[in-house]
Amino acid sequence: MATTGDTAHPLWEVFTQPPGGGPHEHAGSVHAPDAELALQNARDVYTRRGEAVSLWVVPSGAIVASTPEDMGPFFDPGNDKAYRHPQFYKVSQGVRVF
Amino acid sequence: MGGAACERVRWYFTDMPYEIHEKKGSQPKDKAPAPAEDPKRLAEFEARIARDETIEPKDWMPERYRRQLVRMMSQHAHSEVVGMLPEGNWITRAPTLRRKMGLLAKVQDEAGHGLYIYCGTETLGVDRHDLIVQLLNGTAKYSSIFNYPTLSWADIGTIGWLVDGAAIVNQTMLAKASYGPYARAMVRICKEENFHKRQGYEIVATLARGTPAQKAMAQDSVNRWWWPSLMMFGPHDKDSPNSGDLSKWGIKRKSNDELRQRFVNLTVAQAKAIDLTLPDPELRFNETTKDWDFGAIDWDEFWRVVGGDGPCNRERLAARRKAHDDGAWVRAAAEAHAAKHAAHRGAPSGAAA
Repeated sequence: MATTGDTAHPLWEVFTQPPGGGPHEHAGSVHAPDAELALQNARDVYTRRGEAVSLWVVPSGAIVASTPEDMGPFFDPGNDKAYRHPQFYKVSQGVRVF
Repeated sequence: MGGAACERVRWYFTDMPYEIHEKKGSQPKDKAPAPAEDPKRLAEFEARIARDETIEPKDWMPERYRRQLVRMMSQHAHSEVVGMLPEGNWITRAPTLRRKMGLLAKVQDEAGHGLYIYCGTETLGVDRHDLIVQLLNGTAKYSSIFNYPTLSWADIGTIGWLVDGAAIVNQTMLAKASYGPYARAMVRICKEENFHKRQGYEIVATLARGTPAQKAMAQDSVNRWWWPSLMMFGPHDKDSPNSGDLSKWGIKRKSNDELRQRFVNLTVAQAKAIDLTLPDPELRFNETTKDWDFGAIDWDEFWRVVGGDGPCNRERLAARRKAHDDGAWVRAAAEAHAAKHAAHRGAPSGAAA
C-alpha cells in the first residue's frame, strides 16, 4: 500500500498567541517538511476561528524541558520561600493595603 | 454516497465515536500482556490520580494505562477522519450556499479533530504514520456509526444533532480525563462540536417546519439514527470490558449508562421543541429518578456491526485509501519545495531550516 511521506516529515510544536495581549501558549503539534509549511499547517489546524494573532512553530527536538524526576529538587528554590508571597507579611486588621 | 452497497440499510448501529468496544473476553491481537509494574511507582501514580493531578507525557505511567490511551485515542482520531466521509458525500448536494459553507467548515473541523488527537497520541511514543498505516490496512478500528450511509439531506442534520450531540456528552466528560494531552484536545474539540450540533439541529428544525414531505424526511432520518446514537455510548456498564481500567485511572469519569441517560434526557425536549418524535414507544418520564426511561437496545446488532458487518465498511476504507493515495503528490510537492528552499539557503533540508 502506498503511504508516502507523511510523518517522515519532522514534528513541530505550535504556539498560539490569542488576541488581547496574552502570551504565546502551546497548542499542539504538526508535521511538516519545513518551517514555512509548518506555519501554514499550524494556521489550518489551530487557528480556524480567530484563536490567534501570532503563531510560533518550533522544531520539537529543539525544545529543552525539565524532567519529572527533577521536579522536587529542581523547583525547590521557589517552593520554600514563603517570604516571597504577600501573605507572609502582617497588616493591621481593617487596613486596606491596596 | 460511496456506492450501491451503502443503500443496503440495516438501521441499528454501533458504538461510541472514539472508544471501540471489544467484546468481553476478546483478546487484542499481537499484544503481549502488560508487564508487572513496580508496586511503589504504581501506588504513587494512583495517588496522583486520586488527587486529580494531570498525567503528562514524560511522567511515569503504568504500561497498561499507556496502552489503553493509545488504543482509545487512536481509535478516536481514526473515527474523526473516517467521520468526514459520510458527510463529505453531501457537500456537492447541500441545498443552499449557506448550508454548503457550514458543511464544508464542519468537515474541515473533523479533519482538525483527527489531527489534534493524533498529535496527542504521539506524545505517548507512537508515530502517527504507523497509526495511519493501521487505519488504511484495516487493522485499526474506528467508530462503526460511520459505516452507515447518509441517505438523505436530513441525515446531515441528524448527524449534527444526534451523533455530534452524543459526542459532546461524551467528550465533555473526556475533557476532564487524567491524561493532559487528551483532555486538552477534548477542550478544543468540545468548543467546535457545539457549532456542529447547532448547525445540525437547525437543519432538522428547518425541515421539520417545512412541507409535509420535508417533515417526513426529517422524521425518517431521526427514526433511523436514534437507536444508533444511543449505541454510541457503548455497551451497558456490566458488559463493558475496558471500563474498569479506564475509570479507575480517570480516563473515563462517567459510565456508558450514565452518559447515555444524560443524552436521552437532553434530547427528548429538543425533539419535542421541533415537533418530531423519537422512535421508542417505551420512552417516558420517570417521576422517581427524574430521568427519561427508554426501551431495550438491540445489542446483537451492536456487536455485529462492531465486528465489521456494517453496510459501508469496505467503501469507507476504500475511499480513505484513495484519498490518501491521491494526496501523495501533495506530500511529494511539499518535500520538493522544502528541499529546493533549503538548497537556496545552502542549509540542509529538514527541521533546522
